[in-house]
Amino acid sequence: MILRFTILLVLLPSYLFAQDDLMKEMMANEKPETDYAAATFKGSRIINGQSVETRGKGQLEFIFAHRFGPMSGGAYQLFGLDQAYVRLGLEYGLTDNLGVGFGRNSYDKTMDGYLRYKIIRQSSGAINFPVTITAFGSGAVRTSPQTQDAGYAIELVDRMAYTGQLLIARKFSPKFSMQLMPTIVHKNRVDKTIETNDVFALGFAGRIKVSRSIALTSEYYHRFNVGSTNPYYNAVGIGIDIETGGHVFQLIITNTRGLTERAFITETQGDVRNGDFSLGFNVTRAFQVKKHN
Amino acid sequence: MKITLIFLILFLTNQVWSQKYSVEKSSIMFFSKTPVEDIDATNTNVSSLFNPTTGDIVFSMMMKEFEFKKSLMKEHFNEKYIESEKFPKSTFQGKITNYSIDNRGEQQVKAVGKLTIHGVTRDIEAPGVIEFVNGRAIAKSKFVVALKDYDIKIPQILWKNIAESIEVNLEITYKPL
Repeated sequence: MILRFTILLVLLPSYLFAQDDLMKEMMANEKPETDYAAATFKGSRIINGQSVETRGKGQLEFIFAHRFGPMSGGAYQLFGLDQAYVRLGLEYGLTDNLGVGFGRNSYDKTMDGYLRYKIIRQSSGAINFPVTITAFGSGAVRTSPQTQDAGYAIELVDRMAYTGQLLIARKFSPKFSMQLMPTIVHKNRVDKTIETNDVFALGFAGRIKVSRSIALTSEYYHRFNVGSTNPYYNAVGIGIDIETGGHVFQLIITNTRGLTERAFITETQGDVRNGDFSLGFNVTRAFQVKKHN
Repeated sequence: MKITLIFLILFLTNQVWSQKYSVEKSSIMFFSKTPVEDIDATNTNVSSLFNPTTGDIVFSMMMKEFEFKKSLMKEHFNEKYIESEKFPKSTFQGKITNYSIDNRGEQQVKAVGKLTIHGVTRDIEAPGVIEFVNGRAIAKSKFVVALKDYDIKIPQILWKNIAESIEVNLEITYKPL
């Protein structure tokens, strides 16, 4: 009896629950995976400013952005739609983590070029890290006014401005992401009676997805070393992201009209307390120009 | 003495029976074909265990390991359709029947079991081929997965771009564990 029982015990494991056991055995042997957070934000821009997202390797993104006139223009100005500043831009993914871009904004006729590099990605599992950090650096040249029209001596270096940013984002859940943006903007030439060459700012941004393809976004840049004579305001905006395949549409309400860091972080003219808001949109179209491996 | 011998034999048999095979090389591809767009993706990082004696077989794979030609496709696949943050893995557990480990050459087999995708588990039956060669086992199978069976929804605006039924193509080389 005991013997039979023992035989049964020895044989049982290979007959009963064989597939469940096989599954358990396989799971036990699997190497722990690292799960990287993806799509913390939908676009490379949140409202006016940059997000941590880089384009995938070999992906070319065409960015087409408009900022309309003040909504306070009323029906006569079609709530600002009669006047628009445009930025046309391209961004290309050299690798999955390194992107290069350039563009031209009709606001102050500014041309800008930039690099962005994703230093570390938010991950869980084998490697655990709470945030994604991207470094962003840009140089911009403001070609307005023309030298002969300036009324004072102005050289190319006087037109230059530089921006350095750390973009630090966390995807708290598939629906909710936040980002912090410590920023420095350096302008080579400023009117020292109202401004300083270096402006330090901290940006805050967030996103809430309301459906698979639609998200609500917001962004605010707070400047720190602002003198009492400074005539500019902090840039703030809210938006809605709509994604359809290779396109992302971002519809925006903001108090700024420039689309380079110099313009919207340090030279925003709309006073929120006066209701100086403008409509705007960013539209991106992605093209895969090189096969992604 | 006699009892010890019986035990020994029993233990040995048990060991032989559980001689399992694990993955040496894996590739699971899927195809979505529509007049507008052809999409394909490959996962070469599949876990699987196969017991040739009993025919028991299990699979598991991370959906994020599927590689696409376009990086944006991968993002959409994971974020919108498969929802890999919620359902990171797909699994299969079942049995392969209708083969002999002693036969040479390709043998037509049938796999029956439970397939889990996108958090939905369904009983499936798929035809396949198995070949035992040089101490390896090579398994191949082609089958079709209907997206609605696994509660995978395609937004209306993209219904022309993504097929309702996806063709899956599997090839795994096993070696003894």
